[in-house]
Amino acid sequence: MGYDLQLRVWRGDAAKGDFIDFTVEAEEGEVVLDVLHRLQATQAGDLAVRWNCKAGKCGSCSMEVNGHPRLSCMTRLSDFDRAETISVSPLRTFPVIKDLVTDVSFNYEKAKEVPAFAPRPKDPDGTYRMMQEDVERGQEFRKCIECWLCQNTCHVIRDHEENKPAFAGPRYFIRYAELDMHPLDTNDRRTLTDKQAGIGLCNITKCCTEVCPEGIKITDNGIIPMKERVADRKYDPLVWLGSKIFRRGE
Amino acid sequence: MSAQTTVQAPTPGRARITARTMRKDRWWIGPLVTAVVLGGFVVYGTWAALVNANYYAEPYLSPLYAPCLTSSCPEQLLEPRFLADWWILTPALFILPFPLGFRLTCYYYRKAYYRAFWGSPPACAVGEPHKRYTGETRFPLILQNVHRYFFYFALIFAAINIEHAILAFRNHEGEWGHMGVGTLFLVANAVLLTVYTLSCHSCRHITGGRLNHFSRHPVRYWLWTQVSKLNGRHMEWAWASLVVVALADLYIRLVANGTITDITFF
Ligand code: SF4
Ligand code: SF4
Ligand code: FES
Ligand code: FES
Repeated sequence: MGYDLQLRVWRGDAAKGDFIDFTVEAEEGEVVLDVLHRLQATQAGDLAVRWNCKAGKCGSCSMEVNGHPRLSCMTRLSDFDRAETISVSPLRTFPVIKDLVTDVSFNYEKAKEVPAFAPRPKDPDGTYRMMQEDVERGQEFRKCIECWLCQNTCHVIRDHEENKPAFAGPRYFIRYAELDMHPLDTNDRRTLTDKQAGIGLCNITKCCTEVCPEGIKITDNGIIPMKERVADRKYDPLVWLGSKIFRRGE
Repeated sequence: MSAQTTVQAPTPGRARITARTMRKDRWWIGPLVTAVVLGGFVVYGTWAALVNANYYAEPYLSPLYAPCLTSSCPEQLLEPRFLADWWILTPALFILPFPLGFRLTCYYYRKAYYRAFWGSPPACAVGEPHKRYTGETRFPLILQNVHRYFFYFALIFAAINIEHAILAFRNHEGEWGHMGVGTLFLVANAVLLTVYTLSCHSCRHITGGRLNHFSRHPVRYWLWTQVSKLNGRHMEWAWASLVVVALADLYIRLVANGTITDITFF
C-alpha cells in the first residue's frame, strides 16, 4: 500500500545549499534509499546520492537521516511514523561535493598513514603457525565496511575541524588495534597510535560504537585496549620497569 | 540544551547546516538522567562523608567509612585506628580518595560525565558547546591514564568490603550467626563492588588484554575470557554498585540514629 512521504532533503554544494521539501510516493517495506531513488527518477533528476550494493555491505550510502548517521539502504521507512517528515542530509564532517555526496578522502589519507602488516620470518618449514585464539580478537575489526559513519559521528573532528591533522579516527584505531594484537606482526604500533593517530584526543564517549552498522564494539574492544597499551608504554613506570627486568616485550 | 541552539558557522567546505543537530528524538534524556543520578550521589556522598556521625550501627559499618582508621572509630572494629582525628578530616575523607579516584578515572564514568556535565558531546551527532577540544591529551585529563593504579587499590577496597560484609553476620555480642537487613545491604554492596572492580577495563588489560599470544598463556587467556564477560556489562555494574553503596549507607545511618530498627532474620 503506497503512501505519500514527506521528505526534506539537503541540496546544494560547498558554496550554498538548503533543505528542500518533497512529497514522494513510498511503498510498504521500503528503505530511505528507495525513496531517494524514486525522487531522483520522478522529480529531481540531478539529485546526487552515492550507493552501490543496497545490502548494507559496501558502505557507500552513508548519510544522516533525521540527524542520525545511518546507511540509507538499511534504514527502514517502517521505523518512522507515516505522517512524519524525514530529513536527509549529507555526512556533516566531510566536505560536500553535491547534495548527499561528500568527499571522504580524509579517511583514505589516514589509511595511508597506517604502516602495513609486517609479519615475522616464517617458521623453518616455510609456513606460519597461529592458534585460533591468537587471531580471534582481530576478526571483529575485519567486519568493517568502511562506511565512515563512525568517523563522521566522532565529535573530535565533527565539531573541531582543526583536529583532523592530528586524529585518525575510530575506524583507524581498530585498524591499529587489529595489527597491534596480531601475533605475527612485528611493528610496535603503540607509539604510533598515540603520536600519529592521536588516540589521546578520544574521550571514549562511544558514539562510534553507537553508529557502527556492523556492530563492532569499537570503543570497548579496540580503543580502550589500545589506550591501555599506550598507557603501558607511556604512563606506567611499573610496566616499563618490568619490561626492562624481564626483557619481555609481548 | 535546546536542539535549536546553533553553533558557530559551519566549517568551510561542509554542507551549510546551521542547526546544532537534526535529531528530533529526545537525545537530552540520557545525559539529564546521568547528571541527576550522578549529581545526587555526589551531594549525598559528600554530606554523608562530612557529617562524621551515625556511620556505625553495630555490627554494621557504612561502606563509605570502611576501613575506619582514625582514633574516633568504634572500638568494636578490627582495623587498626592509627590515624589521628584532625580538622574536618572524618574517617571517610581519609579513605574516599581511592574509590573516588577509581570511579572518576573509570572508562565508563568518563563517558558518562563527559557527556552529562561537559557536553562533549551531549549525545551522538549533537554539536558540543566548546570552541576548542583537546580530549585527554593535556593536564588534567591526561591523568586518566593512571586508572590502573586506582584499580590496584580498588582490589584492596573490595577485599575490605567483603570483610565487613562477613563481619555483618555477627550480632551485638560479637557472636556469629546473625543476619539482618543491614547484612543483606552489606553483602549486596560487597558483591556488586567486587564485580564492578573485576569488570574494569584495566583489569581486562592486565589479566590478558596486553598479550598477543593467548595460546602461550592459557591461564591468563581463561582469566581474560572471564573478565571480558563481566566487562561487557561494566556500565550496569558501575550503576548498581553506586546506588547500593549509597543505600547501604543510608540504611545504616537510619538504624544508627534510631529512625528505624534493623529487621533481623536470625
Ligand atoms: S569513542 Fe572516541 S573515537 Fe569513538 S566517537 Fe567517541 S571520541 Fe570518537
Ligand atoms: S568501524 Fe563500523 S562505522 Fe566505522 S567505518 Fe567500519 S563499519 Fe563503518
Ligand atoms: S548501498 Fe551499500 S551499504 Fe548501502
Ligand atoms: S572501573 Fe570502569 S574501567 Fe576500570
